[in-house]
Amino acid sequence: MVTSAQSQVAETPNVRWEQRKRKLLPYGYLSPTLILLAALTIVPIVTVFLYSLVDNVIVNPNPPEFVGLDNYEEVLTHRKFRGALSNTIYFSLVSVVAHFFIGLSFALMLNSRLLGANVKAVFRVIYILPWVFTASIIAILWRLLLNPHGVVNFVLLELGLVEELQEFLSDRRLALNAVTFINIWSGYPFYLVSFLAGLQGIPDDLYEAGRVDGGNAWQLFLNITLPQLKPIIISLALLDFIWTIHQFTLIWMTTGGGPMRSTEVLSTYTYKAAFSSHEYSIASTIAMVILGICTFVAIFYVRSQRMVDE
Amino acid sequence: MKKYVGLLLIVLLLATGVSMAQDVVLEFQQWWEPELPEGSFRAILDDFEAANPGIKVETISGPYLTTKDQIIASAATGTMADVVGLDGAWVNVLWKQGALHSLSQAMADADYDDSELAAQIQLAGETYMIPIANFIYPVFVNLDLLEAAGIDPPTTRAEFAAAAMALTDPDNNVYGWAQPLSLEQPNGIQNDTMSWLWASGGSMLDDMGQPHLAGNEALAETLEFLKGLHDAGVVAPGAFSMKENEKVEEFVNGRVAMIINTLAHFTLIRERNPDLNFDITALPAAEGYDGPRGLPYASWGIGISSNTEHKAEAWKLIDFLTSVDGNSKLTSIANAFPGNVNATPDFIQTDPLFMTAFEIFQEGFLANEFTGLPAAEELMRQFDEPFQFYLEGEMELDEFLEIAQEEWEDIFS
Repeated sequence: MVTSAQSQVAETPNVRWEQRKRKLLPYGYLSPTLILLAALTIVPIVTVFLYSLVDNVIVNPNPPEFVGLDNYEEVLTHRKFRGALSNTIYFSLVSVVAHFFIGLSFALMLNSRLLGANVKAVFRVIYILPWVFTASIIAILWRLLLNPHGVVNFVLLELGLVEELQEFLSDRRLALNAVTFINIWSGYPFYLVSFLAGLQGIPDDLYEAGRVDGGNAWQLFLNITLPQLKPIIISLALLDFIWTIHQFTLIWMTTGGGPMRSTEVLSTYTYKAAFSSHEYSIASTIAMVILGICTFVAIFYVRSQRMVDE
Repeated sequence: MKKYVGLLLIVLLLATGVSMAQDVVLEFQQWWEPELPEGSFRAILDDFEAANPGIKVETISGPYLTTKDQIIASAATGTMADVVGLDGAWVNVLWKQGALHSLSQAMADADYDDSELAAQIQLAGETYMIPIANFIYPVFVNLDLLEAAGIDPPTTRAEFAAAAMALTDPDNNVYGWAQPLSLEQPNGIQNDTMSWLWASGGSMLDDMGQPHLAGNEALAETLEFLKGLHDAGVVAPGAFSMKENEKVEEFVNGRVAMIINTLAHFTLIRERNPDLNFDITALPAAEGYDGPRGLPYASWGIGISSNTEHKAEAWKLIDFLTSVDGNSKLTSIANAFPGNVNATPDFIQTDPLFMTAFEIFQEGFLANEFTGLPAAEELMRQFDEPFQFYLEGEMELDEFLEIAQEEWEDIFS
């Protein structure tokens, strides 16, 4: 006969195992995602961070030497880095603001009741077109258009808007604005699509109530449309800012960071350090600085998302 | 009967297996195969395999930039192909990684006589790359434009400047010369800038092979000459973002009368504009210089991986490709000048333009000081940036050269 005390002793390990299993089970379900996350995100970030703390890697046959934060000091105090940072901020801010205004204007137009369905369909296709092209195609296209012998110069000369050929991508005073313009052209459709979806989700009741209260079109826009779109605006602006900071192909293929470093941005500066100078530790350091900037912006994005959820 | 057929198949299979087990398979990574007529490179390698039973060559081919990235990446991980196609601009970084086997050692091991080799790229006194096909960069001139202006192809800098002035007609979008200075592809510094210096016997390095930019009179004169062309408005607009292919395109379309260009573009130019009446001439030299003209060039070089277990077999392949017969065949299909001084590509007899080019090649000497330098592309870029400021008149020549000197010394150190 088994006593109750003996039964307790026999059951305790099983109970504990069951409890432990129940606790571990969620982690088991999460493990494929966690492994992928570690392999695709954490390991590369940690590796790049470790690279940024040594003298040089990959092309250095000797074991790398730990240099602490020397690379950070070198990068952050270098005039070329500061120039690239300033260009990146200008390029990103102007792009985001212009994307917002153009995207919203076109979305309002496509959402308007003044236009027929067929006209809207045609404009929808035209407006969305830049989004269809890859960055390299856009770069080639605009290089041809902005060439001193290209279509843009021809039109400007014919219209008498300029007196001589403009070297949009070769003139230091014009190049940064030219690549920013190209980026604006290629990026506004994302805003357009998102705003259009947002506009279509605003209930008509709100506008009707506003009209009953005597609000004109501008007041309805300011007090109903914009507040209703606010969560989309914040999310789009923050995401776009992060994406624009990373923009590489467009600038690399149009100007390569020139002329005279006028379009040098952090992404082209990093690429040159890695694949032209073969200074992978310096490139890793710049990459970590970019990561820091993007993380800072991402915190605001996450906060804004939380506010939306709440 | 079935039994015998089965037995025969097994014997054949075993025999093949034994034969395959004995074969040494060399991996040969390069960018040349896609640039040559289909099957022609394989045919040369088949000849090598026939002459060297037991050695098979497996090609890993891709575009130039992909090949460069893959070779540098594989060097870092110790998985580089046994034999690799090399550009002079990559040699230094691969050598620093210890990824290249000394060809001096390979030649000594094979008791090879290197007197037939046109050039060897050496670092620390040892050869690491042998150029086996060379593409020189003469001046291409649009004969129709020159004849219309009543000008002969220029032979001196002064003649060139005068010709460029006479040929420039902005109202009709025609310019005398094009100088691509894009920072994405800064090879315009090598091909279209320093080439002027080398053509007149100058050098951008001192006797110790270190940068000699600041205080270099010959270089200063060359750069002043080039700035003069820009200031005179004879250089095609858009120079600061222009790339090599765009320079060629401007020439093909008759918008630029003279360019410095590789012979490798002969076929391309003829295909793009069969009616273009053009000729080639040596790079004009500075007034008073009567020595041999330095000819800028690009090479298809070859090297051996330090990790390969088949160094002797790898050398046999290089030996074949640099031999009179092998090199003649390769350079014939590539429209290049040989890496073996005794090899004669057959296109020289069939095309008068190539005959002219061969004469220029024989009268001058190959000059490309960027070959073998550390981070050669970055050196060009570091020179290009202040050069643009100088051309724009925003920097004095001395200041520009001081900055470039400092940047170069930094990279060299």
